[in-house]
This record gives sequence, structure tokens and C-alpha cells, in this order.
Amino acid sequence: MITRRKLLMLLPAAAFAWEYVLAGTPDVAPNYNSSEHWWGMLLDIDKCIGCGNCVRACATENDVPEGYFRTWVERYHVADWQQDTPLVDSPNGGKDGFPESSAVGGKNFFVPKMCNHCADSPCTQVCPVGATFHTPDGVVLVDSSYCVGCRYCVQACPYGCRFLHPTKHTAEKCSLCYHRITKGLTTACCENCPTGARQLADLKNPNDPIHEFLKTHSVQVLKPHLATGAKAFYHDLDGSVR
Amino acid sequence: MMVPVEGFMYPNEVELQWSVLIVVYPFVTGLVAGAFILASLERIFHVVAVKPTYRLALLTALAFLLVAPLPLQLHLGHPERSLEMFLTPHKTSAMAMFGFVYLWYLMAVVLLEIWLDYRHEIVLLSQSTTGLKRLFYSALTLGSSNISEGALRVDDRVGWVVTLIGIPSAFLLHGYVGFIFGSVKANPWWSSPLMPVVFIFSAMVSGIATVLLVYMAMMKIRKQSIDMRCVDTIAQYLLYTFIIDFGLEMLDLIHRIYEADESFRSLDFLLHTKLFFSQVILQIVLGTVVPILTIGFIQIFNVPEKLRRLAYGVCGSLTIIGIFAMRWNVVIGGQLFSKSFLGYTTYKLDLISREGELVAVALLILPLFILAALLRILPPWPERQTPVGN
Repeated sequence: MITRRKLLMLLPAAAFAWEYVLAGTPDVAPNYNSSEHWWGMLLDIDKCIGCGNCVRACATENDVPEGYFRTWVERYHVADWQQDTPLVDSPNGGKDGFPESSAVGGKNFFVPKMCNHCADSPCTQVCPVGATFHTPDGVVLVDSSYCVGCRYCVQACPYGCRFLHPTKHTAEKCSLCYHRITKGLTTACCENCPTGARQLADLKNPNDPIHEFLKTHSVQVLKPHLATGAKAFYHDLDGSVR
Repeated sequence: MMVPVEGFMYPNEVELQWSVLIVVYPFVTGLVAGAFILASLERIFHVVAVKPTYRLALLTALAFLLVAPLPLQLHLGHPERSLEMFLTPHKTSAMAMFGFVYLWYLMAVVLLEIWLDYRHEIVLLSQSTTGLKRLFYSALTLGSSNISEGALRVDDRVGWVVTLIGIPSAFLLHGYVGFIFGSVKANPWWSSPLMPVVFIFSAMVSGIATVLLVYMAMMKIRKQSIDMRCVDTIAQYLLYTFIIDFGLEMLDLIHRIYEADESFRSLDFLLHTKLFFSQVILQIVLGTVVPILTIGFIQIFNVPEKLRRLAYGVCGSLTIIGIFAMRWNVVIGGQLFSKSFLGYTTYKLDLISREGELVAVALLILPLFILAALLRILPPWPERQTPVGN
């Protein structure tokens, strides 16, 4: 039986524990059931025009500090057969668009980049305190109130998607606009892409158009040999892309 | 922030994340493991010749061990949260286990072994000194003042067991540091199962060289003659471990060159440019080949004592510089190229900042001050071991 004295003794412990419960709980909207979703993204290289809208929208939506990127766009120039030595640039992450290319011949295309929200993410594996975690709906998030700022996750990410926030001193990355998608909205980058090159995909929702797309198109993930379970699916990805 | 970049780096990669302090950390941890393993030679393997350095090696290990977590602490974005690694460790993280391996090594191995070895003297000092000193040494006895023959025999036996456990623990401590780097599959410069083994052997090399130098320096300071049998034996062990260490490193290098995978061009470029001085000149030529050839020469030819002493001093110093360069090449070198393998960045070492040159130098010197204090508190010299008539 819980006596008044026992209850008084338990209260501080409960308050202490509750702080941790809150810290590890993502902010979700009512009626959102995380077990019903499995998020990823479709990036269509054919459609990307390198306008930088996605980079700007992301920076505004998520208050991304200048000079750091939760998403960015790369421009590739591949001269004929030189697949393994492409010329790549991404001035200011493509935020301000791209200057005219001086490269002649070969092919040119844009590659939007972001966190791949890997199902077997190396960044989550190495975090010493569990500040980086997987949500039940397949998003990799960082609890900045818990991150110690050791930067092991930045080293472990094969895609260069993470950075240390210059003023918060904690690890930062794309959150797949978790605050939006759990409210039934799409991400800021998808919302602002003028050509639909980025499509938020719910792989657990049978009615999501991603299923039809995956059945009828060739898609690829970045660095598949690393077996990270990346969920950023690229359509028409050239073999030269790193 | 204007960091010179060649080629293409992912935009978030331009700034290096792990600074010189993360170079200092494996360097210092390596000295600890190496010094302890040298101490264990006498205790477990009965290499009598190295006895004069036994206690010195233990105190050196402790001095560096106390400093080992400092560079990590200074490097963290939120040092005030570092305790979370102990309170809520993430089981899949190699880094999370550092705290536990460190604590095990500090508390269960090094401190316990030193205490058991010095208990006799501590009890005597607690009886012969007065005032604050007496209080201090009395506290160090931890209430155990029985110095009967039987009790000392138990000390010795338990100490032997602690050393026995300590050897694999020393391997674990530094092998684990190697694993932190070796298990990062995103980085081909680090990702290698050889990394923990290379770290262990390079640790032994650096630890042995440090104890050799500290012993020779202490003898000079105390105006005593150097026990040549002792330093000759230590130099021999340095040579043996060096050959294994160098063999492993060359195996790694040749394997990379022969396989020439997608990262090869980047790594090859670095080796010929940004890392040429630190890797080829400092680490391989001056820090490894010269000491191996010099000590090897001494084994074959009859070299006069004075020249041997000089050679050991020079080789010891070159070894330490070479191992520091090796840590630099791993930590800094591993961040100079893009994970796209299409470009290179630059590391700018600040002079004065939280992770700057001055702090790194201070962290490298601090263990020597701690060692000086430890040598005063717990003198390892035979003639001062019996301060009272007892």
C-alpha cells in the first residue's frame, strides 16, 4: 500500500524521470499514430532544376544557421566516359541557385541532398548517449536537449548530412520537418519545390503514390554498398553521384 | 569562415569536427597502456632487468591516465552533459563504453596496483611523518595498516593478479580507442579491423619510449648512473614492439595500395601532399625507420655506453614524435578528404582557443607535472623507500 510518506518520497524521483520521458518524446499532433507511417523521400534528378528553393525553404522553416545545411543541391558535370571524376559544385549549398556553368560537353544535372533517414543509421548507432534516435515512423531525429556535442555522429554519417550547430553546440540535421509531417503537412522542401522533384513518401500507406512510382521506375539510394537502409530514393541517379 | 578547399566537399564537411585535442586523447591513452604493459613485464614475466622502471612506469601510467579524459571533456559541445555517458549510455556506441573502460582501468587496475605495491611504504610514512603529511598518508592507507609479513605476501599475490588482469585491460583500453575509429564505415581512412591492433602496438611503442625517457631523465636529474642493463633491455622491447607495429602499419598501407578501392585516389593524394610531412617524414622515416635501424644496429654491433645512451635518448624522442604524428595522421588526416572522394579541406590549428595549440600543449605537459607530484608523494627510488628505522 502506498502511504503518504512513500508517495512524498516517490514524487521527486517521478519528476526526475518525467523530464527524461519528455526529452525523448517527439512532439506529435493529436490523432497522429506513428506506428501507421514509415517515412522516406523520393528525389527525382530529372526534375531538379537547381533553383535552390528547397534549401531556402528549409533554412527558413528550421532556422538553419548560415553556412550550414540540412539540405543542399549539388551540380554534376560528367564528361563523356569519366564517371569517376565528375566535376561537382554546390556554391553556398545551392541556396542562391547556380552561376552559369563553364563546363563544355558531357552531361549536367542537379542532385538534391539531405539526410537519408536510414533504417540502420550509423549516426544513431554511434551516439554515446542516445540523443540521436529513430522514431517509430522511421525518422532519425536529434534531441538537442540531450546531445553532448561529441560529433561522433557527424563522423559516422557517410553522406555529410550532419553538422554541429555553431551556437547551440549540438548535432543538427534534417528532421524531415517532423513538426509538419505529423500534422498531415509535407516538408518545407517538398512544399516549395516548383517541379515536384522532391516527394515525401509514406512507405506504410498503401495509397501513397510512391508505391506506384517504385513499381514502374528505376530508383537507387546513395552509397548502397554501405547498407545503411537509406530511405532517400533517387530516380535516374547517375553512377557518378557520390 | 574561409577554409581553403580543393575540389568538392559536401558543404557540411568543410569544417573539421575533431580537432587536435582528439589527437591528444589517443596519444595520451596510448602512453598509459604502453607504460602499464612495460611495468607488467617485470611483474608477470619476471624480466628482472627492467625492475628499476617498474614503479616509475606505474606512476607514469597513472599521471597520463588522469589527464586522458580532459581533451575529450574540453572538446564536447556540452561538457556539462558528459555524465550522461555514464548515466544513460547508449549500448551500441563504442564511445559510450569509454567511460566504463576508463573507470575500470583507473580504479580496478592502475590505482589498485599502485596502492598494493606502495602500501608498505605508505603505512611506514603514516607512522614516521607528522602533521598534515601524517594525515595524508594515513588516509592513503585506507585504514589498512597491517604490514606483517603475511599481509605483505597477500599484497604481493593480489598485486600479481591485478597485473595479470591489467594486461588485457590495457589492451582493451587502447584497442577500444582504435575501435572508435576503426568502426566508422563512412570513413575509409579509419574503417579497418586492423585499427585496434595497430593502436595497441603503437601504444606499447609510445609507452615504452616514454618510460625509457622518463627513467633516463630522472637519473640525470638525481645525478645517478643509468642502469645500462635496464635501458638496453627496454630498448630491445621497444625494437620488438616497433617491428610488429611497423609491420602492421605497412600491411595496412600495402593492402590499401594493392586493393586501390574508390577511396584510394583521395588517400594517395593526401599522402603525397597534405600528409607528406607528418606521415612519410615524421611518422614513417624519422619516427619509425630511424629508431628501428638505430636500435637494431646497437643489437648487432658493439656500441660504446655513452653513445648508446645518446642513441636511446634520440630514438625515444623520435618515437614519441612519430607516434604523435601517427595519431595526427589518423584523426586529422581522416577528415581532410571529402566522403565524396572529390575534394580536400584544410585544418587550421588556432593558437589560443578552447581546442587550440596552447591547450593541446598544456594537456601534454600536465601529466609530467602530475608525475612530478606523484614521485614526491610516492618515491619509487629504493633508497627512499625505507625512510624510518623500521
